[in-house]
Amino acid sequence: MIKVKINGQEQSWDGDPDLPLLWFLRDEAGLTGTKFGCGQALCGACTVIVDKQAVRACITSVNDVAGREVTTIEGLHPTGDHPVQKAWRQVNVPQCGFCQAGQIMQAAALLMDNPKPSHDQIRESMAGNICRCGCYQRIENAVHLASTGV
Amino acid sequence: MNFIDNPRKLRGFEKNIRVEKVSRRSILKGLGVTGGFVLAAPVMSRQALAYETGAGKMPHGVVVDPRVFVSVAPDGIVTIVGHRSEMGTGVRTSLPLIVAEEMEADWSRVKVQQAHGDEVKFGNQDTDGSRSTRHYLIPMRQIGASARTMLEQAAAKRWGVPATEVKAVNHEVVHSASGRKLGFGELAADAAKESVPSIEGLKLKDPKDFRYLGKGQIGIVDLHDITTGKARYGADVRLPGMKYAVIARPPVTGGKLVKFEPDAALKVPGVEKVMQVRGWPWPSKFQPLGGVAVIARNTGAAIKGRDALKLTWDDGPNGKYESAAYRKELEEASRKPGLVLRQEGDADAALKGADKVIVGEYYIPHLAHVSMEPPVAVADVKGDKAEIWAPVQSPGGTREDVAKTLGIPEANVTVNVTLLGGGFGRKSKCDFALEAALLSKELGAPVKVQWTREDDIHNGFLHTVSVERIEAGLDKSGKVIAWRHRSVAPSIASTFAAGTVHQAPFEIGMGLVDMPFEIANISCENPEAAAHTRIGWFRSVSNIPRAFAVQSMVGEIAQATGRDQKETLLALIGSPRIVKPAVKDLWNYGEPLDSYPIDTARLRKVVELVAEKGEWGRKVSKGHGLGIAVHRSFVSYIATIVEAAVDEKGKLTVPRVDTAIDCGTYVNPERIASQIEGAAIMGLSIAKYGEITFKDGKVQQKNYDDFQVIRMDESPVVTNVYIVPPGPDTPPSGVGEPGVPPFAPALINAIFAATGKRIRSLPIGKQLEA
Repeated sequence: MIKVKINGQEQSWDGDPDLPLLWFLRDEAGLTGTKFGCGQALCGACTVIVDKQAVRACITSVNDVAGREVTTIEGLHPTGDHPVQKAWRQVNVPQCGFCQAGQIMQAAALLMDNPKPSHDQIRESMAGNICRCGCYQRIENAVHLASTGV
Repeated sequence: MNFIDNPRKLRGFEKNIRVEKVSRRSILKGLGVTGGFVLAAPVMSRQALAYETGAGKMPHGVVVDPRVFVSVAPDGIVTIVGHRSEMGTGVRTSLPLIVAEEMEADWSRVKVQQAHGDEVKFGNQDTDGSRSTRHYLIPMRQIGASARTMLEQAAAKRWGVPATEVKAVNHEVVHSASGRKLGFGELAADAAKESVPSIEGLKLKDPKDFRYLGKGQIGIVDLHDITTGKARYGADVRLPGMKYAVIARPPVTGGKLVKFEPDAALKVPGVEKVMQVRGWPWPSKFQPLGGVAVIARNTGAAIKGRDALKLTWDDGPNGKYESAAYRKELEEASRKPGLVLRQEGDADAALKGADKVIVGEYYIPHLAHVSMEPPVAVADVKGDKAEIWAPVQSPGGTREDVAKTLGIPEANVTVNVTLLGGGFGRKSKCDFALEAALLSKELGAPVKVQWTREDDIHNGFLHTVSVERIEAGLDKSGKVIAWRHRSVAPSIASTFAAGTVHQAPFEIGMGLVDMPFEIANISCENPEAAAHTRIGWFRSVSNIPRAFAVQSMVGEIAQATGRDQKETLLALIGSPRIVKPAVKDLWNYGEPLDSYPIDTARLRKVVELVAEKGEWGRKVSKGHGLGIAVHRSFVSYIATIVEAAVDEKGKLTVPRVDTAIDCGTYVNPERIASQIEGAAIMGLSIAKYGEITFKDGKVQQKNYDDFQVIRMDESPVVTNVYIVPPGPDTPPSGVGEPGVPPFAPALINAIFAATGKRIRSLPIGKQLEA
């Protein structure tokens, strides 16, 4: 039996310990905000925060996060008003929106680590998250806005 | 009480006409493949319109009925139905916003409800071809005006005053003479009893009174849900007792399963069952390819189970498809005459007599859509009833195909449309929903079929592969006097009809025969090409290779004559005029040429606008260069300037992009800008990396590592968008797709300006290195 804390709530899993966290979150815990995009840590759509680090849930097993604290997009802020989320809305970032939970989680982790990133640092740090619609200019501006106060 | 209650026969819509299917799925009929059909559809009266569109010719045409699209609750909440699929263009916001504008609803008290697939009720729902605003601006205004009129009539009756004395203003109806007011909610029950006014009598708002249209101040309706993880896409649907499935499909198009060994898969924890899935013989339209499904308690277990399957395939007739050899075939075909599609003057003679002939042979490979959300669908089939939840661009077509595949009446099929995590044409094909329906029927339980990224790349409906060969003949003064363009590419029609070797009218109409240059001798030809994989629509379709070839050739002509690119381009476009190519039944994106002519004044205008705003001719740093391109597609006009920078090692960056678009009358300029910004990224992905190759009939790429797309660190530093203000009554035209085609040639022309290297083969890949 593996115990893991997700968005502040203790959850347990007695199935395959190698099950990717992504599928545990989506199919077993019902937290569908975290998305499947590639399964190989190439696109960042499944980004969640484990303790204070952004990780790709598609290549992280449930066993890897045993006893640790996982934050998903659903748990980032109780009313959805994390500065990154507010900035995203102010800049009208999304097109289709599918990659955005992963983008937001990556940006939130970036700002925890570096509260005032430069534009180059933003472009570098967000490069693991693909947006096929091509919202990069707005993502960059929204991260910058979140770092300077929304 | 709401407007949807007690549907009655509509007044003003009695005229039923027979319409032909002309949408992307209509190709079935055009090719003589069974499955096409003709239906009567109510259409709006034409008299009230300033312009005509092809909307009435789409399957099931247009429905203009406020009782179908609008309901008002007693608390005043107005619910407006969005009947098109949302894949990122903002259509789920834009169309309801048009209704709200006309009915004087306050947007903060409007809810948008997604329509299920029902084209008899809602009219055509095929969300493709950059058509939604183009076809629905006027119908949505009429629906809003009808609802407003009914609310005004109800208020006038309540007060016993003539309807001419009352006016709806911001969610209430006012009688200014007496100062009385009633909210929409208070009037809802009475308004529902009013008859629907005739379209001819409707008074549409004066555009100067618009609060929302053309302003760009409204965010998309799903913005909060998207940023909080609540937005529901196809894979986010969960039903009690639902099973999770992934499918191993034939690796070669037209291949078949010989045998499978399920034992190892069944030992994987969480795997419950392994079963065969029915496939259809190639060319199989949108029908499933077949294969072996692994059913599990979660997707992770299903994927792990599939990895453990032992499978034997018969690769069939396409087992030798190989990209390098196929490219040679296309190139050779392009060097010989082909089916002549447009002939003006005598291109052969003029080329022979030319002072100089410039030849460009351009290659553009297969591309995969790789929308962030891979195909996925949930189905619950019980007896002769089926319910589907899926991210489909064609909810009506999906409903038809599910009914046919299961052999049940269409009325028994419900297609719930979720948000689409990107579409780009891939989700116009509903094969993934059909797979879910087949599995659910067999299992007697709800099933979710999840495609992995590898499935998406290996078993998609790829963008075609083409060689575009252009010969331009110049006289002594450098004027172009002859133009021969041969386009060789397997057709989308090959996915529907075996033996297809020529491109369909809708493909040749995308930048080949509608070429707008003022040249005396023109020949447009289409040599034969057979398909060896499933070809499908990809955002902007054949305009990608055509704009790349034609606009690169403009750059080559400028290069050869030592003239400015922009001046060369304007000289080729020639005088402001309406171009009438000598082509029988010219395909014009399904639109009448009277409303949507090929207008070189508008083409020139976007070139001049982007040159002015984008500072054409500005001084750029060493290693940088500017390139320009223009293209008309989806009846819109778009010009792009790209600044490219190439360092000593051949590393390419894009410091700046400027794009001007003339899309006629528009609804939401903020979403237009976001579409054009995104088109620059997709254009750069195509130019820099986009290539799917085949070996032994199989796609060689598998995921985002070997089919790369642009990431943030290499995206253009800034993309500026300029929208041409529409003239009065300029018909709306496409936005979702037309931003893509001019990007690659503008970039290639910029790279030439920066380095003196002319790239004729996409992707750029390592061509700039060393």
